[in-house]
Amino acid sequence: MESKAINHESSRARWQAYRRRPLSLLLRLAVTVSAAITVFVLIALVAYILIKGIPNLRPSLFAWEYTSENASMLPAIINTITMTVLSLLMAVPVGICSAIYLVEYAKRGNKLVSLVRVTAETLQGIPSIVYGLFGFLFLVVACKFGYSLLSGAITLAIMILPLILRTTEEALKAVPDLYREGSFGLGAGRLRTVFRIVLPSAVPGILAGVILAIGRIVGETAALIYTSGTVAGVPDTLMGSGRTLAVHMYALLSNGLYTEEAYATAVVLLVMVIGINALSGWLAKKVSAKQGE
Amino acid sequence: MAEKKRRTNARQVRESLMHVVFLLTACISILAVVLICIFMFANGIPTIAEIGPGNFLLGTTWKPLNDLFGILPMIVGSLYVTAGAILIGVPIGILCAVYLARFCPKRLYRVLKPLIDLLAGIPSIVYGFFGLVVIVPLMQQMTGASGGKNILTASLMLGIMILPTIISVSESAIRAVPQSYYEGALALGATHERSVFFAVLPAAKSGILAGVILGIGRAIGEATAVKMVAGNQPIMPASLLSGVRTLTSNIVVEMGYSEGLHREALIATAVVLFVFILLINVSFAAIKKKEG
Repeated sequence: MESKAINHESSRARWQAYRRRPLSLLLRLAVTVSAAITVFVLIALVAYILIKGIPNLRPSLFAWEYTSENASMLPAIINTITMTVLSLLMAVPVGICSAIYLVEYAKRGNKLVSLVRVTAETLQGIPSIVYGLFGFLFLVVACKFGYSLLSGAITLAIMILPLILRTTEEALKAVPDLYREGSFGLGAGRLRTVFRIVLPSAVPGILAGVILAIGRIVGETAALIYTSGTVAGVPDTLMGSGRTLAVHMYALLSNGLYTEEAYATAVVLLVMVIGINALSGWLAKKVSAKQGE
Repeated sequence: MAEKKRRTNARQVRESLMHVVFLLTACISILAVVLICIFMFANGIPTIAEIGPGNFLLGTTWKPLNDLFGILPMIVGSLYVTAGAILIGVPIGILCAVYLARFCPKRLYRVLKPLIDLLAGIPSIVYGFFGLVVIVPLMQQMTGASGGKNILTASLMLGIMILPTIISVSESAIRAVPQSYYEGALALGATHERSVFFAVLPAAKSGILAGVILGIGRAIGEATAVKMVAGNQPIMPASLLSGVRTLTSNIVVEMGYSEGLHREALIATAVVLFVFILLINVSFAAIKKKEG
């Protein structure tokens, strides 16, 4: 291409400009190198775990029963699914209903709204180990639930509540007011408008938040060790202790004898979380594409 | 007529009933915060009073068997490790955000952005594992320090962990700066780089600071990953290459087998951490308010 094109400088002209202004060159180098470092670290991390882990994926790691010999992760995977479903069952309805109140019902300048926002932000900032100890003190000890899937799920439900609340709020806000006005104009009440008109158009946004929450549940360790415990099997009831995949991996590493199994578990965990996040990103993109129309 | 009236009434009842339901669910997050505060403080503060606030917060000896509960080494450890993570993560994070917002070709951006979002989703236990099997041996080779589990290792790992938070918040802060700032600087003869760094970046300052504070919160609160690479010696760290125990890892290491006052002291450790986090949250809220 000719360098005469408008707003297009040839690489030689650019290089000469940089030679006259070394600071600019330095700044450009700095940002490029930083971005390169970030990408390199990420790829190194994922590649290292995949390369070291995949050869360690043995069929015995997916046996039905956990024994100290096979260190099977299948019970932990089942527990992870139970835990995810249970936490979502509690957190999603509450999160969505709260967001509906904040966006659709509360009047402007409502004191409660700002209070809920502040508390949701506070919840989001609390470290998972504090959630873990709170769950231990409140659910395991005070409510006498013991180390159980239920204690773990309630703790996690509180933990992901602000995430679901916030993403739902954003999704509801993104629904144009025209929809609501149209619905009211046709004689629908507020409740019918919310459930028939607003919520359906906000579904992809809400779903993206829910999937993000699943990612957090799957990856959580510190909040679960002292609430759902570290028993390696699948409990008979929700009141029994059982460890999720992330806690399973933590236990394998703390034990120190199961490094190969830990590599394999890391692969499964990583693939699960990457898949979950990709799904969420895809949904979020769909939402923004829709808004762009 | 009566039929119609009854239906309208039923509808009104349903409307106001659901209004109350929504209102109540909105209060659940308030309830959760109140419960967490009550349970943490009600369990922690009596313990701190029993040990003595001075002995607990400023004591340098942690020997649960001798009833010595001084958590100053852990407070210092948490601060060192977090500061190290900030020193490593913040410059790289902000520069990377600048690259993504102002330097990255569009096509590359479409690949890079999802990749970096991915970094945020990786579970902390996987970071900890990576730290344990890659950074620790590397550190051992490079420094010759025995064990390779030390402040530097933990800082490096946490620095990587907080990168995505800092990058994504800073990037949106940089993108929120009006284009006219950049164009004005260009019109005055500044190069692209100078315009970005000296006109756009200062305008995004408070947003970037908010990202940094979020990163600090994440670094100081991380428990299981830090426990794997920090060495966990409950003593005052002598150098960057000495092992260190943080507030969080103190809990994770000992909670499993602790009893009585020992367990209470660990819960009190969490209370101290909780107060740190609340302070960080308050400053975050203040910055966000200033930003408008």
